Amino acid sequence: MAGFLKNVMRNRVMLLMVLPGAAWFFFFSYMPLVGTIAAFKEYRFSRDGFWQSLINSENVGWRNFEFLFSTDAAYIITRNTLLYNIAFILIGLVFAVAMAITLSEIVNKRLAKVYQTGMFLPYFLSWVIVGYFVFSFLSMDKGLLNSILSQFGVSSIQWYNEPQYWPYILILVSLWKMVGYNSVVYLAAIMGIDRSLYEAAMIDGASKWQQIRNITIPLLKPIMIIMTLLAVGKIFYADFGLFYSVPRDSGTLYSVTNVIDTYVYRGLKTTGEIGMSTAAGLYQSVVGFVLVMISNYVVRRIDKDSALF
Amino acid sequence: MNKNRKSRNFMQLSPGWNAFSNATAALFSLLCVFPFLFVVLISFTDEKTLATNGYRLIPEKWSVGAYSYVFETGDMLLKSYGVTILITVVGTLLSLFMISLYSYAISRKSFKYRRFFSLFAVFTMLFNGGMIPTYIIVTQVLGLKDSLWALIWPLAMNAFYIMILRTFYMTSVPDAIVESGKIDGAGEFKIFYRLVLPLSLPGLATIGLFSTLGYWNDWFNALLYIDDPNKVPLQSMLMRIENSMSFIQQNSANSSISLEVMQSLPQDTARMAMVVLATLPIIFAYPFFQRYFVSGLTIGSVKE
Repeated sequence: MAGFLKNVMRNRVMLLMVLPGAAWFFFFSYMPLVGTIAAFKEYRFSRDGFWQSLINSENVGWRNFEFLFSTDAAYIITRNTLLYNIAFILIGLVFAVAMAITLSEIVNKRLAKVYQTGMFLPYFLSWVIVGYFVFSFLSMDKGLLNSILSQFGVSSIQWYNEPQYWPYILILVSLWKMVGYNSVVYLAAIMGIDRSLYEAAMIDGASKWQQIRNITIPLLKPIMIIMTLLAVGKIFYADFGLFYSVPRDSGTLYSVTNVIDTYVYRGLKTTGEIGMSTAAGLYQSVVGFVLVMISNYVVRRIDKDSALF
Repeated sequence: MNKNRKSRNFMQLSPGWNAFSNATAALFSLLCVFPFLFVVLISFTDEKTLATNGYRLIPEKWSVGAYSYVFETGDMLLKSYGVTILITVVGTLLSLFMISLYSYAISRKSFKYRRFFSLFAVFTMLFNGGMIPTYIIVTQVLGLKDSLWALIWPLAMNAFYIMILRTFYMTSVPDAIVESGKIDGAGEFKIFYRLVLPLSLPGLATIGLFSTLGYWNDWFNALLYIDDPNKVPLQSMLMRIENSMSFIQQNSANSSISLEVMQSLPQDTARMAMVVLATLPIIFAYPFFQRYFVSGLTIGSVKE
């Protein structure tokens, strides 16, 4: 004990430095872990604060989870979250790598930089802004898409009421926002490839296409695998803004736009099923934890430096 | 120089493929910028022609009416701008303060508890209580409902930034400098702000820009915690307008209410003008952002 106090005194300045941040983590990351008890309660907000609310709320054991998994909801939100993320990861990977290779091969480097600047822009905009952008295309009566379709004699489509189009729309919008950002990562990796490899290949008479297939892509493989695995670790978490703001929270689209995060949000703010939504959130955290541990373990095996921890 | 150019020619793409690559990249780049330009065009369209023609690439009649409307009735916009600027400035400074201290401490080998506090931060990336427990703590324990602090605190720390900055300190602030400060008799705090901070400015700039962008673009915390219309930041105000619009469209049968609400909302072109005005600061700051983001990405990738 005395030794501990001595250590604390010796490290007091450093401890003072971590104090504000540690306090933040305590309140905003560790206290909510206590709050997950709400998943096992019929939680009611009490005026007298958190502890009183906990005491006043009835214990229900695993009932919230039983309810959650007895409805379609759990299946639909899990399916949507997983399938969309898988699509984003795979299609995004192909496009980002293809775009990075294209940019790296362009002869005029100035122009390549200009293109890259344009591609990077969507990453900096909020989903609300993107939602407005999408609306300018998909608005039923004023949107660009319907007026183009009408040129071809196709009658107006109520985009925000037709679920069948939305998987494609959401994948397109997600690609639009993320490909530029991800291609920067791959472009940096390509720039790091030893030029003499290409020179040697040229001397052996390899075509550009063969060089890309046999030099660039194999050398990008480690970073592709790592980026993908890190994304797989987050596969149970959806991008809330994309699924909430872009479809304008349209109720008719829920079957294809409801993901775990939006479900939890609506449970809190609209339907008021606090217990069940907390249960869904806890389910997400637990499965997400397992996935991130597995993917991090695999990343560590491949390349220790790229692991999250 | 001459040799360099020769070797580049030697590896260059054939003119045909080069043209194809240029066209592909240019097309995608244009697609990325196009929606913003389109919204700008819409905002400069005359409201009446827009009502009959819809959103058009080339408006039949141009007008700055939307902007004069927004500036005349600009109370709401101005207030939201104020809120956003306030939380962005205070939030960025606060998070730089906390993050730089925390990551400096855990980057120092002489700090006995560095492993514990590293883990204390990293664990928050792996497991979290989720949206509702966080909501419960923020509203019921911290009592931040409808407070501007609810827009600032939740984004103030981030374990990921801490790891980036810690790596930055370890790789670009040599131990020898800290030791020399100690020999000169400077205390730990003095060493930090006299010797370490000036050296780590590029790293701090990167984190600061990440943080600024995070605050500027945030609407989720406002969605959760803010009901008071005087405390709504920019992005969230746009979100609210969007929500009331779709509410009206979905409940157009209830025409008596919706007509009244409809009239209180900004018109089509004015809404797009607000979108443009909310995005402009980002467009202007974009060159800085881009440079530091690229360097930030590379900092993040050279981990210890």
